[in-house]
Amino acid sequence: MSTATVTGVAGEDRSDLSKGESRVIRQRSLRLLGSLVAPMKVKVTWTLVLVVVSTILQVSGPALIGIGIDRGLPALLKQDWMPISWTVAAYLAAGVLGALTIAWYTIASAQISQAILFDLRTRVFLHTQRLSLEFHESYTSGRIISRQTSDLDSIRELLDSGINQLVQGMLYSGFIAIAIFAVDWVSGVVLLCSLVPLYFLVRWFQKRSQVLFRISRVASAKLIVHFVETMTGIRAVKAFRKEKRNEREFGELVEDYRDVNAKTIQLFGLFDPGLVMIGNITVAVALLIGGLRVASGSLEIGALLSVLLYARRFFDPMEEMAMFYNSYQSAAAALEKISGVLEEQPGVPEPAHPIKLDGARGHVVFDDVNFHYKPGRDVLPKFDLDIPAGQTVALVGSTGAGKSTLAKLISRFYDPSSGAVTLDGVDLRDLTQEDLRRAIVMVTQEAYLFSGSVADNIALGKPDATIEEIRRAAQAVGAHEFIEALPDGYDTDVNKRGGRVSAGQRQLISFARAFLANPAVLILDEATSSLDIPSERLVQQALQTLLADRTAVIIAHRLSTVAIADRVLVMEHGRIVEDGTPAELIGGTGRFAQLHAAWRDSLV
Amino acid sequence: MSTAAPQDPHPPRDETAGPELSDGTHRADGPEQTTAQSLVRLYPYLKPALPRITAGMVAALGASVVALAIPMVLQKLVDGTLLHRGGSTSQVVLSALLILALGAGEAVLISLRRWFVLAPGTKVEATLRNALYAKLQRLPVAFHDRWPSGQLLSRAVSDLNLIRRWLSFGLVLFIVNIVTIVVGFGVLFYWHWLLAAVMVVLSIPLWVAGYFFERKYHIVARRSQDQQGDLATAVEESVHGIRVLKAFGRGRHALSNFRAQAERLRGTELEKARAIAGLWLWLLMVPDVAFGICLLLGVWLAAHDQLTIGQLLAFFSTATVLRFPIESIGFLLSMTYDTRTAVDRFFEVMSTPNTIDDPAAPKHIDEPRGRLEFDQVHFRYEDSPARFPDLVDGVDLEVRPGETMALVGLTGSGKSTLTSLVPRLYDVTGGAIRIDGVDVRDLTLEELRTRVAMAFEDATLFSASVRDNVLLGRPDLVGDDPDTKAAAEAQLAEALEVAQAAFAYDLPEGVDTKVGEEGLSLSGGQRQRLALARAVAAKPSVLVLDDPLSALDVDTEARVTERLRRVLKGTTALIVAHRPSTVMLADRVALLQGGRVVDVGPHSELLARNEHYRYVISSLEDEDSGFGTRPPGASGPQTVDTEEVDA
Repeated sequence: MSTATVTGVAGEDRSDLSKGESRVIRQRSLRLLGSLVAPMKVKVTWTLVLVVVSTILQVSGPALIGIGIDRGLPALLKQDWMPISWTVAAYLAAGVLGALTIAWYTIASAQISQAILFDLRTRVFLHTQRLSLEFHESYTSGRIISRQTSDLDSIRELLDSGINQLVQGMLYSGFIAIAIFAVDWVSGVVLLCSLVPLYFLVRWFQKRSQVLFRISRVASAKLIVHFVETMTGIRAVKAFRKEKRNEREFGELVEDYRDVNAKTIQLFGLFDPGLVMIGNITVAVALLIGGLRVASGSLEIGALLSVLLYARRFFDPMEEMAMFYNSYQSAAAALEKISGVLEEQPGVPEPAHPIKLDGARGHVVFDDVNFHYKPGRDVLPKFDLDIPAGQTVALVGSTGAGKSTLAKLISRFYDPSSGAVTLDGVDLRDLTQEDLRRAIVMVTQEAYLFSGSVADNIALGKPDATIEEIRRAAQAVGAHEFIEALPDGYDTDVNKRGGRVSAGQRQLISFARAFLANPAVLILDEATSSLDIPSERLVQQALQTLLADRTAVIIAHRLSTVAIADRVLVMEHGRIVEDGTPAELIGGTGRFAQLHAAWRDSLV
Repeated sequence: MSTAAPQDPHPPRDETAGPELSDGTHRADGPEQTTAQSLVRLYPYLKPALPRITAGMVAALGASVVALAIPMVLQKLVDGTLLHRGGSTSQVVLSALLILALGAGEAVLISLRRWFVLAPGTKVEATLRNALYAKLQRLPVAFHDRWPSGQLLSRAVSDLNLIRRWLSFGLVLFIVNIVTIVVGFGVLFYWHWLLAAVMVVLSIPLWVAGYFFERKYHIVARRSQDQQGDLATAVEESVHGIRVLKAFGRGRHALSNFRAQAERLRGTELEKARAIAGLWLWLLMVPDVAFGICLLLGVWLAAHDQLTIGQLLAFFSTATVLRFPIESIGFLLSMTYDTRTAVDRFFEVMSTPNTIDDPAAPKHIDEPRGRLEFDQVHFRYEDSPARFPDLVDGVDLEVRPGETMALVGLTGSGKSTLTSLVPRLYDVTGGAIRIDGVDVRDLTLEELRTRVAMAFEDATLFSASVRDNVLLGRPDLVGDDPDTKAAAEAQLAEALEVAQAAFAYDLPEGVDTKVGEEGLSLSGGQRQRLALARAVAAKPSVLVLDDPLSALDVDTEARVTERLRRVLKGTTALIVAHRPSTVMLADRVALLQGGRVVDVGPHSELLARNEHYRYVISSLEDEDSGFGTRPPGASGPQTVDTEEVDA
């Protein structure tokens, strides 16, 4: 990743951003925040009204007590119960209403923050699903998980941290400032002057904490990446005694994270008493100036008393506001990272004007395709290929010949660097994901199982499939027997990472998945590598029925698969070096004939 | 697709949140503990930090006292100095300086409080995190099969975060506020006993509300944290399974499941918010009602000369000071219950007994020769229903020193399970496995796993350089002195050569290229070869290979096989094989069927005498009938044998 850009996730780990970069990122995350809040404008407005009302109700309390003592008591001495009764009634009403509005506010603000979090979660989820494989191959799963967990936690902290306290605090300080000006404008000016050091203190905190919180997000992501990697690879960790080394590595990451956390807390530990100090100095200055003016007779003693009490109160909500600001900074750093992921453009974008494809026939053409992962390193230099609808093609060639790349291009995991891949004459880039995935399905060697039942996993091929269809698919690929033999049959939970079914069984399940999906074009990339020979034979029988009327591209290192192909392509260095029916090629003297002979020898 | 998804009858992954949450694997099912009991378990981790936390509390109390003192001093100054004497310049300056000094004192005490609790908070968090990680690494594979890693992650990150914040903020504030409230009520009684008594009586509803809140809240808090873990699991699966989701275009479908889970979490969070709102309602309302009644009563008392106006004012200003501590009880309580849940979840993992651990009195293999012996070995998963036979059902097998034994059998016959018993990834449930006559359970894990190296079928590489990945099993080759370095380099080269993984030298940074998730992504075949090189480089006395060549193409496979044969000469090896080509590596073959070894012998002998073996390993009948047509005879033994295996 170059250092020149901060677009998307590039430069995500850096904390030494220039002013301009920093601004760009901040604006990006603010835009995201704005778009999250926008749909809830009305609700947010209502909630703010609630806060204002409840603040006024709460502020009125002390005033009513004052009134009660000032007016109610003298009246009561004259046996007049009315004023005190009214005051108490008003006080009770204000108290109850204030409590109710706060409770109401608590629920309303939770609704808002939960809606925002929900929106953000699903956005990130959807977006990461949309992003191309290329992105996922360089951006680790652990990072996405950390975006979705610890980064979201920071944002949630901000949302939960009580915006009411911020608003209340601001209102409160506002009221007090007005009150001070009303009593004595000179003291008001003193108060205003205190805003200058306040501004510098906040700026200082903002700058420092911004950097630290960025580092903290990176540190927590690293921690999570390491954690996830250990837990998903626990077998290998144990088998090779990596525990101690891991503990050391993880310990270092924990320490980095602890260190930066401690620094942010320390920073806040200076910021907070700094605020208190400014407040106290202001009171002392107000006392000094006010006292001198009282001494010289230019100020009433009562006015000074009020001013001093008010000035003190002006700074009361500061601590809460500081805490809010602190969590805002933390959340902003998290939003920066999340907005970066959301800014990534899918490498294989959805078409703006899709061409509809109903009932694909399965005619696949590579038209002058060039493909490279990195410029200058062509994987497919110049590739032309025409696979008529219904043909079964076997791809043969050594590792790195470009077979898997070919498969990935047909299934549009990647787009060609130049040229086009078409299905029934339509460029794949012009098809909607829905049409494309209905027409073309790829089964790979890594048969990933999601937690859930076996039936759920097969149904992934066709979400609305009935249990009958699922069974038929399993039967067709020869998976039915072992599934029935599982503790709960089709309802057996496959557990984490398919712990309880063997690699071969996983492949059978993913075959059933593909069978159920019933696509026009089926791509099998080493999909039978873990099967035993009888299972493979069964799968091949199933394939012969399945592939009778559809296009198929099969990559297999075992040449037995070639038996069911109509056509064999031998690839080398991204080029097709042999092309013909299996019988033709075996009969010849080319590379395939040699391979086939060698393979025959290996059999018994 | 998107319209079909919500009413989808078989949503994958959806199930995890439901059943597991209410009754299942990741909830504590011990006796119900009180919150205090639960939190006290943190004590051992907390102990070193306690002096500082206590000092922090003292500083916090000091800061509160100063904060309370400042207005009083102000009032006194104004009343005493300015009001009565008109005030001289020097006295004004003196008063200002006094206030300044007090103010500085407050600021200093606040920073002291923060400074005191800062280190312990983060240190305890780091200690807990390292302890959890270490424990998780030691827990057996069976544990990890059962626990979704998202659940583990949410414990290691979010939960511990909560605990830290509670320690350095919640706990301190909680105690300080409780002290403030108690002292404050004392002061109230000092001003007037009747008014104070009214306040006390009227605060009873608060305790009731608090009690009901705890009962409701801690259940919801627990559910929320579990659901967050499930959500993390869903995210993790959606990323790890991204290829499948993309291949089938099921991103939307996964989204709808994720959305349903996120929706559930939102529901729980809103339930939490309602519980908090209910508590807040009482916490705000009850003091207000008490104030109102005290106002009425106070004014009446004052009217009847039981109380001076000054006292009444003082009563109310003291009571006002108490309002924040009382209100804060609300969020402090919810924070405490959240923390309690986090602590519970932490100890659920920490208190899981480790069933696979070093023996109390470990034995040692003095002269490793590499004899591997399976003696009536049984294995079944803990939760497997009683009606099912053992997965490994009485395996007797002896692999002689230096011998290469192939394990052959149908998918699901227990081959992989059997191999994972050797390095004790799982423990046998009956019988014993011995290496050189010593039960593997009598060896330390360190020694056992030094003696045994394994290559898995799904090759896991770690985010590290090729070199570090391959030499993972050789901590003895780590070091900076030239001899060690040269030895490491030679070992690396040899292992890469055996596994035909010389491609590693052509990677952008050669063997220093970072691979694994954080690094360059390699193809399945490349990963498998590096994993094989890793097992070879470990130079174990027993090498266990689980179908190590499945992802290799024919050419490469042939070359690897040839070199492996050389390596295997002096090494005892157990190899799971599906292909005749791999079987060729072996001196003898053990045929597994239904969890038992039904026949052992050289490949050619088995081929001659065992029909099931022919069925499992031989493809000849296919070949004889030529390409493109299905052999009529092929279906015969298949149906019979599959049923045999299933039985």
